[in-house]
This record gives sequence, structure tokens and C-alpha cells, in this order.
Amino acid sequence: MSSFVDEKTKVIVQGITGHQGSFHAGEMLKFGTKIVAGTSPGKGGSKFMDKVPVFDNVSETIHLKPDATMISVAAPFVKDAAMEAIYSGIKIIYILTEHVPFHDSMEIVHNARRMGSIVLGPNGPGITAVGKCKIGIMPNKIFKKGKIAVASRSGTLTYEIVNAITEAGMGESTVIGLGGDPVVGMNYIDVLKEFEKDDETEQIVLVGEIGGSNEEIAARYIKENVSKKVVAYITGRSAPQGKRMGHAGAIIEKGVGTAESKIKAFGEAGVKVAEYPVDIPSLLE
Amino acid sequence: MNLYEYMGKSIFREYGVPVPDGYVVENLNDVKAFTKPVVIKSQILLGGRGKSGGIKFAKTEADLKKGVTELLGSKIRDYTVSKVLIEEMIDIKKELYVSVTLDRTSRSPIIMATSQGGVEIETLPRENIFIKTVDPILGYSDFMAREAIKFMGLSPEVGKQFTGILRKLYEIFEKKDCELVEINPLVITGEGKLIAADAKVIIDSDAIFRHKEFNVVDPEKTPLELEANAAGYSFIELNGNIGVIANGAGLTMATLDALTLHKGYPRNFLDLGGTDNVEIVAKAFEFVLKANPKAILVNIFGGVTKCDTVATGIVEAKKRYKISQQIVVRLSGVKEDEGRKILSDAGIEAFPGMMKAIERVVKIAGGN
Repeated sequence: MSSFVDEKTKVIVQGITGHQGSFHAGEMLKFGTKIVAGTSPGKGGSKFMDKVPVFDNVSETIHLKPDATMISVAAPFVKDAAMEAIYSGIKIIYILTEHVPFHDSMEIVHNARRMGSIVLGPNGPGITAVGKCKIGIMPNKIFKKGKIAVASRSGTLTYEIVNAITEAGMGESTVIGLGGDPVVGMNYIDVLKEFEKDDETEQIVLVGEIGGSNEEIAARYIKENVSKKVVAYITGRSAPQGKRMGHAGAIIEKGVGTAESKIKAFGEAGVKVAEYPVDIPSLLE
Repeated sequence: MNLYEYMGKSIFREYGVPVPDGYVVENLNDVKAFTKPVVIKSQILLGGRGKSGGIKFAKTEADLKKGVTELLGSKIRDYTVSKVLIEEMIDIKKELYVSVTLDRTSRSPIIMATSQGGVEIETLPRENIFIKTVDPILGYSDFMAREAIKFMGLSPEVGKQFTGILRKLYEIFEKKDCELVEINPLVITGEGKLIAADAKVIIDSDAIFRHKEFNVVDPEKTPLELEANAAGYSFIELNGNIGVIANGAGLTMATLDALTLHKGYPRNFLDLGGTDNVEIVAKAFEFVLKANPKAILVNIFGGVTKCDTVATGIVEAKKRYKISQQIVVRLSGVKEDEGRKILSDAGIEAFPGMMKAIERVVKIAGGN
């Protein structure tokens, strides 16, 4: 068992003919992801890399029984693409796109919840069940099958940490990018529940950053509900108040969302926090 | 993007939220004839303007001219006053607070209200604030205002006005893609009328594309930040002396943190994003160089952004901009060996690990 996706997960890619969509769909195929179809309005009837059928609309892919979709369309069109996936009954929706208005994200997330779908992202690098399924843009070569689950609000920093875990001779079970926006579909608690249940996960790494208070909430949750070892890294200790540090969600507002507060909360929950990203493996067992 | 008070109030006026009569001036000649007592408010994005001397009162024509002259062009902390809002003085009997904002954890809008307005909301005990989470799909309904009115103990006459105002605030929050719509204070006048004495509106920067009316220069960004943003880079000026280029917001922040922990001082935040384009890498140096750093650190973990592309871009930038500062590079990930070879052939230092590069650049820039 893995968290959210596994070797049986059938995936479609919304926006498969775009520059980003086509490159990453190709990499996902190399990883072994079961991409059953792609969509691109106006390009229906063609084939992606000579094997994946391309359709105009998500509704035309339903006969292939997709479990998950990756949305890689431009920000103004994300809400419509997500609604299309929700209406088609797709249960896992990963939104890669950055700069989605958060009012759109609120609607997407709440509509999905009502229809029994899960949203991950926006503005995240994807989800990888190592050796089974990759949805998104994480580099294939950084992973090694293992027992450590990772959940993160950023992209490249996640690769850095996963790479450090792999180089230290350990490996990963599931790696999840939650997304760098103020409104994202899954918070730490949602994925911690899955990691706690997952028999392939023994230890958990949380990668957080300034902005909001979801790390603090996660820390309190871990203390009460998580039996597995959890370690963390928090970025943005040196960030000035009121500046948006690249991610729409990475901002200290009115003193809320500081790295100090998050590090303190983790400390109180017995979660060790690494000073540098490369120190994470030394905190694991 | 934070809007100035006068911009927020013009949205309020458009939606029918009562605001004092007033107008904005940028120079003394535009000040209208004095007819009644007014308040002169600096248009700067700073909380606690009054305490910092940014607000003046005028009971005579002479006061008005003196006040406007003193405020325009003055510096309040880091802000230069280029506009003032001249408004009729209102008769304040009581100050309330009301806002609609985003609650990240529930991914929903929340309404906050209190009868203890006029102070910063964060300083109040939680139990003195009415908080209602709104389901974004179900939306706002007037019972929420009734609950708030009961909580604050408002009279029926004031309550009726409050309901109208809250309904309009929520409408503004939704229609204008706001992060925050706040009235503090929401004044009850001597005559029992509710009026928005201040307006704080923050618009989601990612939604500006569908609000051409907010196509204005973000007042909180420096000229260099605006220039770099226009060229497509996520760029923030900081106070140190080490120029920083990295890929990914998280890794860029982690780079600044690591420099700071090593007693190095970053001059900027620059996130290249995911790119495999030599020109995007080379051009990034233009903005870092304009910030005049003592040394430059490039920290790349290659994925979509391949290390050989980055290396080629760095070599190109060094030549194009005749960079005299020392450049320290960390390259790891996709095509790292190729990338480091390109750099060493050009005489640029490159490390495989982040910590070594950090130590090296801090040493060059003169930290500990």
C-alpha cells in the first residue's frame, strides 16, 4: 500500500500537448506511471508519443476509468479544468499550475470535497509513490525505494531533501508536494493520516515554510495522533515580515507565520527540526 | 497587492459602503477651498499612521494648507508621502471593527467583527472577536450579520446599517478577488450613522489579470523589484552584500537562511523558476548586478532546470555584463558534471554541495 496513488493508478494529463504538459508526461511514462489518456481541446484524435490517446474533453476519457488527473494548464483556465475533472468523477486531482487566484482554489477544493474528490496543489511539484507512480515534475533519478514519506510546500527544496535521503543510503515511500499557495487542497494533517496508515512508511519528513499556521496545527496533531517518527525542516527563518518570498503562501503577515513559531511548535511536539536541508538524513534513524 | 486607503474607499463608494466625503491631492494647488473641519491623511501603507505623525487635523484654512504642505513629500519611516486624502471630520461616538479575509486552514473566507475597533485586531483577546467561517460555495447570508450584531450588542438602528455594510464587504471580497477587506474603525457617529473611517483592501496579486482596474504599480515594491518582476523573475531586494540566484522559491529561501546562519548577508532573493533556457539564466544577473553585490552565489538543484544550461548562462552573463565580482556556484542534479566542467573551463568556482558554496561565498563577501 502507498499513500493516495500506487502502481494501479490510472492517470490522465489535462494539457498533455502543452510545453510543460508534454515534457512531464513523457518523464512520467519513463517512470512507469500508467497514463491512460491526455486531453487538449482541439487536438482530440491524436496520439501522444505514439501511444497515449488524446481527447478534446475529460468526459471522453471516462471509459478508460481514470483514477487521477494532472492539471497543467495556464492559471486562468485551472478552475474550469478542475471542474471538468470533478464533474467526470475523477478522485485525485493534482494541480501543478502556479499563480492560480486563491478564490478559484477555494471553490475547487470545496467543490471537490462535496463530490468526494481530493485536490493536491495548486503550485506543487506532484506526488510520487516510489517505484509505482509519479504524477508531476519531480526528477525521476532522485528517488530510491524506501520507508520514508515526505510532504512539502515547495518543489526544488523537496528534491534537495529527497536527494539527501537517497544519498545517505535510505529511501522514500511516498513524496507529496502540497503546494506553495495560501489555499491548497491537502494540508499536513490530511497527508499525515495517510502516512500513519501506510505500512510502507516508517518515518516521516515534513518540509515547511513561513506563512500561515498549518505547521503549528500539524505539530499539535502529531503529538496526539502520529506514532511514527516525524522530523522537519522549515525555510524562511531569515525572511523579512510582509514580503512574499516567491510562493504566494510564503509571507509573514501581522507576525503570523514566522519560522520561529513553527520551529517552536515542532519542538514542543518532539519533532526534531533540521538547521539545513542536508541535515535531514542525520535526524532519521 | 495592498491598496492605499483612498483606493479602498473608492471601491467602498462604488459598492455603497458609506465613507466620509473627501478627495486626494498630490500638490497644494489642488486643495479646495476650506468649508468645514477636515482630517488630512497621508496615503502610505503603514499601520499606525496617526502615531507616526501621518495624520493631521485642520480647523481653519491656514491649518489645512500648513498640514498638506507638511505632509506632502515628508518621510514617515521608510515611506515618502506623495498623496494625501482630505476628508470631512466625523463625529466619533464609538469605533467598531469588521473584516472579511481568508482563513488558510479551512480554505474559506472568515468574517471578523468586534465592538472594540480602532486598535489593531491582533492585540485583542480572541474571545472579544466575533469570528464566522463562510463556506465559499454556500456563500454569505444576512444571519451572519445578525449573529455579529448580537455578539457586539448593537442597537437595531445601527444593526440594520451593519448588515448592509457586511453584505457589501463580502460582495467586494468575492468580486474583487480580495485577500482582505477591513474597516477599522467602522465609526458610529453622534447621529447614530455607521461610516467607514478607514479602508484596508488587499487584492490577490494572482488575480490582477481579471481586474484591469487594479493594473497599477504595486506601491510596496522597489523600482528594481518591479523591473525584475516585469522580466519574469521572482525578485526581492534585501539589505546584505551577497547576490543570490537559485531555483525554486523554497530552495532560494533555504539559501538565504543558510547564508544568514553562516553570518553572511544576502542582497536579494531571485528565483529562476523552472527553466531550461540559457538566456533566462544570463539575464537574471542583470538585476542582481544592479543591486551591486560584493559577491554572487548561484545555488541550483537541477531538474527541469538542467545544470549545463545554467552553467552556459552563467558563462554568458560573465562575458556580457563583464562581471568583476566573484561568482560561486553550487550545481547538483540533472547534468551536474557537464555543468561544473563548463564552469571550471571558464574559471568559475563550482561545488557539488550547498554548504561548501555557502561557506566560500560568505568568506569572499567578508562575513565570519
